[in-house]
Amino acid sequence: MTFSLRFRAAVVSIVLFAAFLGIWHLATRSTGAVGNMSPEYAKLMGLTATQGKSAMPGPLDVGAKLWEHLRQPFYDNGPNDKGLGIQLGYSIARVGLGYFLAVIVAIPLGFLIGMSPLISKALDPFIQVLKPISPLAWMPLALYTIKDSSISAIFVIFICSVWPMLLNTAFGVAAVRKEWINVARTLEVGTVRRAFTVILPAAAPTILTGMRISIGIAWLVIVAAEMLVGGTGIGYFVWNEWNNLSITNVIIAILMIGIVGMLLDQILARFTRMVTFPE
Amino acid sequence: MTDKFISIEGIARRYPGADGKETTIFEDLWLSMKRGEFGCVIGHSGCGKTTVLNILAGLDQPSEGAVIVDGQAIEGTSLDRAVIFQSHALLPWRTVLGNVAYAVTSKWRNWDRAKVKAHAQKFIDLVGLTGSEHKRPSELSGGMKQRVGIARALSITPKIMLMDEPFSALDALTRGTLQDEVRRICLETGQTAFMITHDVDEAIYLADKIFLMTNGPGAVLAEIVENPLPKDRGRIDLHRHPLYYAVRNHIVDFLVSRSKTFAATVTDHDPRNVPVVRPGKPELVLAAEAEDSIEASWPSLARPSTSCS
Repeated sequence: MTFSLRFRAAVVSIVLFAAFLGIWHLATRSTGAVGNMSPEYAKLMGLTATQGKSAMPGPLDVGAKLWEHLRQPFYDNGPNDKGLGIQLGYSIARVGLGYFLAVIVAIPLGFLIGMSPLISKALDPFIQVLKPISPLAWMPLALYTIKDSSISAIFVIFICSVWPMLLNTAFGVAAVRKEWINVARTLEVGTVRRAFTVILPAAAPTILTGMRISIGIAWLVIVAAEMLVGGTGIGYFVWNEWNNLSITNVIIAILMIGIVGMLLDQILARFTRMVTFPE
Repeated sequence: MTDKFISIEGIARRYPGADGKETTIFEDLWLSMKRGEFGCVIGHSGCGKTTVLNILAGLDQPSEGAVIVDGQAIEGTSLDRAVIFQSHALLPWRTVLGNVAYAVTSKWRNWDRAKVKAHAQKFIDLVGLTGSEHKRPSELSGGMKQRVGIARALSITPKIMLMDEPFSALDALTRGTLQDEVRRICLETGQTAFMITHDVDEAIYLADKIFLMTNGPGAVLAEIVENPLPKDRGRIDLHRHPLYYAVRNHIVDFLVSRSKTFAATVTDHDPRNVPVVRPGKPELVLAAEAEDSIEASWPSLARPSTSCS
């Protein structure tokens, strides 16, 4: 009897995950009571010293805490105690806004660069210099000019997600098959209609690929940006919990960042599949 | 005016070469066709046939000279001149109907959806693709794709149909049926057509006039062969016609030897008055073939009927 590849892969995944949890559990389990110490001193030292409990939380601790978070994702007990859902919401909103602005700028500009060799050559040195700059390097400049930490974070998202979209759009537009352009030309299709009915659909898969790369980078950068600007967001949450020495919450936040990043990527992957055409 | 529906007048195409000198693909090319005629250009690769077609289509500009269609010098592309591309050039994100409808809406911008659809459907039916309207090009075979290309070109009811080796990428069987379709449609509608091909049999089957071009660079139109076969010729028994081998041998001989040596041997060639040849006298060809001399075979066959237009 043979199982489908998908099924077998799922089994292997589950086994690997179980093994990971098992090793994690064994590595962080209590080693039993250690030493004799006065009760007052033991109280000060905490469980790590009195029961040999590992400072690193085990999977059961994380699971319990995660359950607690998931039951109440949207509570708000003041600036330093908000539910995970609220923190993630802030981050997603910032990424969404910065990313949206990047789309508005990058796609039309990419079209222009792709269609005009002159513009392409003229803008090339600027793009080459601006592209490799770490988005966080813009942060002080953004804070100084914008004077608002939240908008600065959005600006940083904008600047980091604009390049892959810009370059992919320009490449996709420039690489549209000559024969499709010729079809439009022989049919006397005007420039605007040609852009929307031939160039856009032909370049769409490449543009969407650029957008998918961008959303990934944007999600990477938002965590770092929020650590810097503070206040709200999942990046801030991670840093705050580190200051609280709550490694459990840090691990949960890491997990959440991964899951949301995957979801964002999957959404874009789905859009890419929608516009991809078989030849 | 009617005897010169298409008139190519002294066009040339030059490209700047690597060393700063210009390469002339062809120059001083004169060619004319009547309304309803089917013209075929034959020549080796690099003689600029595709460039001639692209200039006719308006996709390329001549370095010199002009092209006049229906009494008007052409300027750029036009919906009057439809192109069937070698690689079919269908838009892969559109269905068969979508591809044809795209052409229809380009010509008649204010037609409503139903009218466009009905018109497109008519031409899809004409090329025998009824039932495949909603398939995408990737789901079609090479021959079916080219049928869509033909339907798209015909749907805008062009004055001229331009074909750039439309069947060269197809297998022999499919090519044959599509040649039949094109011939049927052109005869039924009186379509003027201009085609580029490598295939001598295709040219003999389809064309009224066959334009022979010498090798490039510096290619010239050497000769116009008038097809002596009857209008109602069929593809199946084409090769049984007594004049078939006369035409075929004449063209093949040209491609094999004369296309290379033409410039060197023919010194009094007048590009404005290209000799028109009407191969005939089949018995002479057969006799000449027995003598196994190619150089000797064609003058005895072609020269007697050579005339200058």
